[in-house]
Amino acid sequence: MAFATGKLKNPFAPQTPGERLWAFAMWALMIFFIVNFVAMVAAVVVNSFGTRWLNAWLPAGFTTRWYVSAWNEFQLHDVLIVTFEVVGAVVVLSGLLGVPAAYALARRNFPGKQFVILLFLLPMLIPPITFGIPLATVLYQAHFGGNLTGVILANLVPTVPFVVLVMIPFIEQIDPKIESAARVFGASTFRLFIHVLVPLLAPGILAALLLVLVRTIAMFELTFFTAGPGSQTLVVALYYAVYAAGVRAGQSIDAMAVIYMLTTLVWLLIALRFVDPTQIVTRAKREAAQH
Amino acid sequence: MSEHTMGAPSRISLRRRLKLYEIDGVTLLVIPAVLFVLALFVYPFAYGFVLSFEPKTGGMFANYIKFFSDPFLYETIANTFWLAIPATLINVLISIPIALRVRRMDRRRLLTTILVIPITLGTVLIAEGLLIYLGPQGWFNRTLVLFGFEKVRLVHNYTGVMLSLILSGFPFAFLLTLSYITGIDPSLEQAASTLGARARARFRHILLPLLAQGLAINLCLSFVQTFSVFPSAVLLGAPAGATRVISIAAYQAAYEQYDTSMASAIAMIMGFCQLSVVILILASRNFFYRGAAGGGKG
Repeated sequence: MAFATGKLKNPFAPQTPGERLWAFAMWALMIFFIVNFVAMVAAVVVNSFGTRWLNAWLPAGFTTRWYVSAWNEFQLHDVLIVTFEVVGAVVVLSGLLGVPAAYALARRNFPGKQFVILLFLLPMLIPPITFGIPLATVLYQAHFGGNLTGVILANLVPTVPFVVLVMIPFIEQIDPKIESAARVFGASTFRLFIHVLVPLLAPGILAALLLVLVRTIAMFELTFFTAGPGSQTLVVALYYAVYAAGVRAGQSIDAMAVIYMLTTLVWLLIALRFVDPTQIVTRAKREAAQH
Repeated sequence: MSEHTMGAPSRISLRRRLKLYEIDGVTLLVIPAVLFVLALFVYPFAYGFVLSFEPKTGGMFANYIKFFSDPFLYETIANTFWLAIPATLINVLISIPIALRVRRMDRRRLLTTILVIPITLGTVLIAEGLLIYLGPQGWFNRTLVLFGFEKVRLVHNYTGVMLSLILSGFPFAFLLTLSYITGIDPSLEQAASTLGARARARFRHILLPLLAQGLAINLCLSFVQTFSVFPSAVLLGAPAGATRVISIAAYQAAYEQYDTSMASAIAMIMGFCQLSVVILILASRNFFYRGAAGGGKG
C-alpha cells in the first residue's frame, strides 16, 4: 500500500511526533483488521483441504475428499440448482419491476413522488429480520411459504427498491431529447424501452442486477424464514450445517463454506468491474440524505 | 400553470388535466413496483401489527404483557442493546480516523474492494470462519501463546458475537464514512491548513461539523444492522445466555412454538426499538449540526 501522504510539502502530512504516532496507529489498526479477516478466510480454506488438524499450525496432510463428501452429504447439487433458480428469478423480476419504475421516477415529477421514494427506501433501511417474520407469515397464509415461489417473492422485497434507487441517477444522466426524438418518430413507450433506453442504460442495468445477484446469494434472513426443505439456498444450507456442527465432519462444512465463498466472490469480482465498491453501501445513504 | 387549470373549462379531457400533474403513460410505469412493495412489505407489516394484538389466548395486549413480564423474553432487549450499542460505537467511531488516513491513499480502490468482501460474504460465513480462527486451537490463540500470552475464550460467548459484529459491521461503517469524507471539498481543509490549523483543529472545526449529518446516518444504519443480529448470535454466541438477542426470541416464537401472533409482537417490539434509537440519533444530530457549514458537501 502506498502512502500518498508521504510526498514532500504535503500540508496534510503528519508533522509532530504525536501526529505521526497517531497516523501509524491508524494504519496498524487497519492492517490488523485485514490480516485477521484474511487469516479467518484462510483458516476455512485450509481446513477444507486438511486431513487431520489437531493441536498444530497446519493439518497433517492435504486432501480434496471433503469436497466430494460435502457435495454428497449436503446435496449441494440440488442446493446449487435452487440457489441459481432463486437468484436468476430475483434478478430478472427485480429488473423488470425496478427499471420501469425508476424511469417514471426519473422523468416525471408527479404529486406524491416523495412518498413513493420513501416507500422504496423503507425496505432497504429496515433490516430483513424485522420484516421477515410478518412477511413469512403472510406468505405461508398465501401458500407460498416453504416453496420456491415464496423464497423468490421474499427476496424481491429488498431488491426491487434497490434496483429502483440505483437506476434513478443512471436514467437522469440520459438526455431526454433522445427520447423525444424517438417519440417524434412514433415510438411507443415499449419500443422506446427496447430500442433506445435499454441499450443506453445497459451498463447501469448490468451493474444494478449484478449487485442484486450478489446480495441475493448472500441473503440469509429472508430465505431462512421462507424456505422449506426443498427450497434452501446455499447460505441457508450452510447455516444449518454450522448449526448442527458435530453431525458432519468440520472439514465438510468448510468445503461447503468455500464453495459458498467462491459462488459469491466470483460474482462480486465481476460486479466490481462495473461499480465502485463504495457505491454498494452509499447508494441507500445518499437517497436517505436527500429525503 | 395553476392559473391555467383553474380558469380552464371542464371540457378539457382528463388526460390533459392529468398531464399537467405530470401523470401520463410513463408515470404509470411506477405502478407495478409500488403495488409489489405495498403487497409484500407494507401489507405484511400492517398485518403483523394487527396480528400481534390477536393473541392465541388472552386479551388484546396479552402478547405484549407476556413479553414484558417474562424475564426470559424481556431481557433479550437488554442483551441486544448490550451488543448493538458498543458494536455500533466502535465501528462508526473507529471508522472516522481510519477513513481520514486512508482517503489520500493511492490505491484506495484496492482497500475498498477488500473491505466489501466481508460485507458480501455475510454473517453466516463469518460465524463459521471465526469459530475456526478464534477457537481454542485456532491460529489466533496459537499466535497469542507464541508471544507468551494466555489463551482466551473467544467463541460461544459475548466476545465472539461482538467480534463478528465488528468484522461485518466495520467495513460497512468505514465505506460510508469514507464516502462522506471524500465528498467534502478538500479546499476547505487546505484553507484552514494555510491559516496554520493543525490536524486536530482542522478536524474539530472543519471536518466534524461537515461530517455530523453523515455520521448520524451512519450511526442509524449501523445500529439497525447490529440490532438485528441473528446468525452469529446463534452460531458464535451463547444463544441461551448472554447473546440471546431479540431476533432469537422472535424466531423461537414463530418456528418453534408456531405462535405467529407472539412472533409478530416481538418483531414489532424489535422494530419499535430500532425506530426509537434512529429518532433519538436524528434528533440529537441537530445539537451538533449548525447548518452554516453545509455548503462544502459535494
